[in-house]
Amino acid sequence: MEKTLNWREFIITRAIKASGYSAIVFVALIFFFLLREGLPALVEVPLSTLFSVRWYPIESYFGILPLITGSIIVTIGAALIAVPFGIGTAVFISEIAPRWLREIIKPLVELLGGLPSVVLGFLGILVLSPFLRRFLDLPTGLTAFTGSLLLGGIAVPTVVSIAEDALDAVPRSYREGAWALGATRWQTIWRVTLPAARSGVLTGIMLGIGRAIGETMAVMMVTGNAPVLALTPGSLFSPARTMTATIAAEMGEVANASVHYHVLFFIGMVLFIISLIVNIAASSVVFRSKKRAERVLS
Amino acid sequence: MKRIFSLNRHLIERLGFGLLTLMALLTVLPIVGVVIYILAQGAPAVSLEFLTGFPHDGMRAGGILPAIIGTLYLTIGTAVFSVPLGVAAAIYLSEYASDTGLTRLIRIAIINLAGIPSVVYGLFGLGLFVLFLQFGTSILAASLTLSIMTLPVIISTAEESLRAVPQAFRTVSISLGATRWQTIRRIVLKEALPGILTGVILGLERAAGETAPILFTGAAFFLPRLPGSPFDATMALPYHLFVISTQVPEMPIQIQYGTALVLLFFVLGMNLIATVIRSRARAKRQW
Repeated sequence: MEKTLNWREFIITRAIKASGYSAIVFVALIFFFLLREGLPALVEVPLSTLFSVRWYPIESYFGILPLITGSIIVTIGAALIAVPFGIGTAVFISEIAPRWLREIIKPLVELLGGLPSVVLGFLGILVLSPFLRRFLDLPTGLTAFTGSLLLGGIAVPTVVSIAEDALDAVPRSYREGAWALGATRWQTIWRVTLPAARSGVLTGIMLGIGRAIGETMAVMMVTGNAPVLALTPGSLFSPARTMTATIAAEMGEVANASVHYHVLFFIGMVLFIISLIVNIAASSVVFRSKKRAERVLS
Repeated sequence: MKRIFSLNRHLIERLGFGLLTLMALLTVLPIVGVVIYILAQGAPAVSLEFLTGFPHDGMRAGGILPAIIGTLYLTIGTAVFSVPLGVAAAIYLSEYASDTGLTRLIRIAIINLAGIPSVVYGLFGLGLFVLFLQFGTSILAASLTLSIMTLPVIISTAEESLRAVPQAFRTVSISLGATRWQTIRRIVLKEALPGILTGVILGLERAAGETAPILFTGAAFFLPRLPGSPFDATMALPYHLFVISTQVPEMPIQIQYGTALVLLFFVLGMNLIATVIRSRARAKRQW
């Protein structure tokens, strides 16, 4: 009895330890497979072609610059929406809203985080883009801006939950000190509370932007998918195509191990490296949240 | 002079608060709008035939049963792989790991897993499960891909609820002669169960709504029958919604909204269950 118990305990403990390392194994595996399938692209496609402005795979034009600028412009648009609204909502929830309102708004924002992006993309096609086409008088409603609006919405919950966490963690005595000195609540928010929560708010913004760069379905459905180099702010109101949408739209149709296949994996590799940089940067910001799970969840 | 200044201060505060309130409302109201709109537009399309029938006429008529069943299969498949692994990893982090460099590396890996774009998971699943391990485009490959994507959510929430169990519980159990594993299984896991369950459901909710990771690992455009084994491809609600709203010309709008409604119902239902479990556990908790 004693002995079998020890054996069982030994095996279970081993299994638990092995599971503990699984996250490292998976990140390594993902990186390995992206390299394995993506690096051949560097051999098969001359660098001058890869970093050119024409993406037209059928005729072997594999210029990824339009895709990169597409991702950048859509993400900038999304950030311009998600950052002010995310921070504004977080401040509202933690500093201004009465308790009952907070209990309504917080779950709703969490709900937004849980909405499948394909549902948002679907409404983007049917409701948002026709509206924008008429409202802004554009030739098409499927533009980078439409994508930015949806992506902004998708990134907001991330920004809100982390920023609100950070604001919550600011000791009440900071605020009381400011009030005692005669500052209004508004002044306290801007001069004391927000600066004190700065690093957490920054983490939220970074992870929100990371989320926006990586988002696929909603963007693919509403941006019009035209691989055009986007360099001016005006490009925001014309169709664009992001890196994620390109992979999603084209991977299903390419032959395995073809040049096109390898280039798509190469783009995936670039996305992976971007997300690695964003996440490591965000987690190395000194902010230490008690609620790490919420950060991962959002 | 002084009075005007102080009036301004309070005016600014009023305006500022008004602005923030407006921003919060502009963030929240569209969410409510989206849910209500899809409910209103989709409800007329949902009937027993819609829920239990197969699509026909090039998906322009009939039901969406194979997509519903497919999403169910994928969610269960994801749970089979990600729940044991995720909970075990959480137990390791909360009960065994000390604060070493390796543990920190594990945490960085988890944060990074959470941030990897879903379409990149799709690529990885294609490379490893579909091609290298030769599972083919299948429920198995798609479930494994979704599991790895869900893992960080499950690990983090489970670890948090394990850590919330007071240290004294463990001390008492060990002092009564229980082994470490007995303590974890009978005391710690039992107390942390509602929290773990909440995290698991929220993770699976996300997996159920995802499209990009299953695009090239397991999703089928159209199947005339239900999948018979884990090595078959399957239809799935999110992918089906994508297909009928972008790939099928002259698709009746009713069916599109109906599909969106069913998907939303699936996801929000899971969300609701998680919320209920969490709040009931909080109310019952004695420590």
